[in-house]
Amino acid sequence: MTVPVQAEDARAAPVRHRRTSYALVLVALAALLLVAVTAAVAAGSVRVPAGEVWGILAYRLHPALADPTWSPVRETIVWDVRLPRVLLAAVVGAGLSVCGMALQALVRNPLADPMLLGVSSGATVGAVLVLVLGVSVFGAFTLPGAAFLGALAALVAVYLLARSGGRMTTVRLVLAGVAMAEVLSALASFLVVTSGDPHKTQSALRWMLGGLAGTSWTTLWIPATAVLLGLAVLLGLTRPLNLLLAGEEAAAALGLDVHRFRAGMFALVAMMVGTMVAVSGSIGFVGLIMPHVVRLLVGADHRRALPAAALLGASFLIAADLAARTLIAPEEIPVGILTALVGGPFFLWLMRRRAAR
Amino acid sequence: MTAGRDAPAALRAEEVSVVVGKRALVHRVSLDVRPGEVVGLAGPNGAGKSTLLRTFYRALRPTSGRVLLDGEDVWRMPGKRLARRLAAVLQETGGDFELTVHEVVAMGRTPHKRAFAGDDADDRAVIHAALTSLDVADLAHAPFDRLSGGEKQRVLIARALAQRTGTMVLDEPTNHLDLRHQFDALRLVRELGVTAVVALHDLNLAAAFCDRICVLSAGRLVAAGPPGEVLTPGLLADVYRVTAEVTEHPRTGRPQVVLLPPPGFLRKEG
Repeated sequence: MTVPVQAEDARAAPVRHRRTSYALVLVALAALLLVAVTAAVAAGSVRVPAGEVWGILAYRLHPALADPTWSPVRETIVWDVRLPRVLLAAVVGAGLSVCGMALQALVRNPLADPMLLGVSSGATVGAVLVLVLGVSVFGAFTLPGAAFLGALAALVAVYLLARSGGRMTTVRLVLAGVAMAEVLSALASFLVVTSGDPHKTQSALRWMLGGLAGTSWTTLWIPATAVLLGLAVLLGLTRPLNLLLAGEEAAAALGLDVHRFRAGMFALVAMMVGTMVAVSGSIGFVGLIMPHVVRLLVGADHRRALPAAALLGASFLIAADLAARTLIAPEEIPVGILTALVGGPFFLWLMRRRAAR
Repeated sequence: MTAGRDAPAALRAEEVSVVVGKRALVHRVSLDVRPGEVVGLAGPNGAGKSTLLRTFYRALRPTSGRVLLDGEDVWRMPGKRLARRLAAVLQETGGDFELTVHEVVAMGRTPHKRAFAGDDADDRAVIHAALTSLDVADLAHAPFDRLSGGEKQRVLIARALAQRTGTMVLDEPTNHLDLRHQFDALRLVRELGVTAVVALHDLNLAAAFCDRICVLSAGRLVAAGPPGEVLTPGLLADVYRVTAEVTEHPRTGRPQVVLLPPPGFLRKEG
């Protein structure tokens, strides 16, 4: 008679414990993000105290909120130079990690990442084409639009290559992704080299390596809108994303139209990655590492993991970008190089660990 | 209290064929399952049992023919609506993501939920009841991928229970299960009073728990009826190519199949 009661107690306690700890994790991640933003805006050739950073931010939001005790130069540095860059880092970091998480569910493989699957390279080719050909039919949307189409084409191609007879193995997925990324990078390089314009070569190099230098408020709004929109949609689709983890058959049996859902998700991820690559170039491994760290923290259920991934990804890329511009100041390291230095070994470790299981 | 279970539906396959390439995996199979009836699907490997079942839960569209749930074509209704009325227990497929048992069973609530809706008290009660009736409540927070085959199978049955459907399709649900859990799982399906189509390899289990048994061979339906009429030495010889003796069990009154070794095999010992 006592057995069911005990079973219930044993179950109820951990659930409650996990719920509070999830709330704690979210609060901690949000706090981490605030700290990262403050530190990144404060640091640089001109150091601005944290209090002054928030004073300036408050003052610019509404002049009644703070007394301007600082020099106008500092205000320009904080508001016009550093803040847009830090916010872009946050947006791209959050976007890449949720895209990585969504891709991992879509291909049901934890080794997926926008750069490893060739999606970022596809976007780069799209962006470089626009630059080299000098097209600007859709104004500010030309570049992100072309990057989106390139990303979508690459994603669909890798998916079809990796899948045959309804099955997709890790090996084939990674090989198809890496091959696609190589071919597309080579194509982008070829386009740049043959364009014979040193200025274009310079800006194209930025995409290849991935970097956030020279961000202004005008570069921020398109990726920010796309990422926030995409994030909102993804947060509404966390249950279907969970179903994909159970496999295609089970997802279908649980009421998901798998093919339509996957097509829509591919378009959404390509839209997010395309707009991000258009401003920041391909920054690798963020979409691989963040989802894994988050799953260790809160589990694989997307209802819990997706918001956490967005927060952690934002803080991570802010920190990486801070390192990129301060480590060898006044020189800058492209942030994509830093994330690859951290991410490459992580990827190898993950592969070994999976092989061992 | 918790949301009620959907009423058992009539499940009907009309001349269902599945052709892949030039090969007919299932050829013009018709089945008629009455509400609340438990029908066993038997047949050797590759007979088309799983393929036929896949056309029921919308994983594989039939090349021709229709699958009807209470007269409505399952392939013409939204997947989510079907998943509220018909649940499927599939063969376990491993994953690389460490979902907990509780999270796996909670997926069964998905067809009942809108986007952004969290699990409410009803959902949690349904999930807990499903975990308990499959004897896996203790494992609720264990990673699904680390369970034994039999435990995984029970969790997947629990997920189907959490869908609260009136109709269930089960593809070899007793695989990997020990004797007690084989019995428990099938008894549970019976006691729920749901309409069920169950693919089973164990003919004695099928005879004990099913109202009717349908036998597939090479994609065709070769026999259908009460266990006592279907399970005959003749049919077993034709379909499975085995020599068997079928007796009525003195206690249960159900047919019992005993395989006989080939002639000459037993004498060696004596």
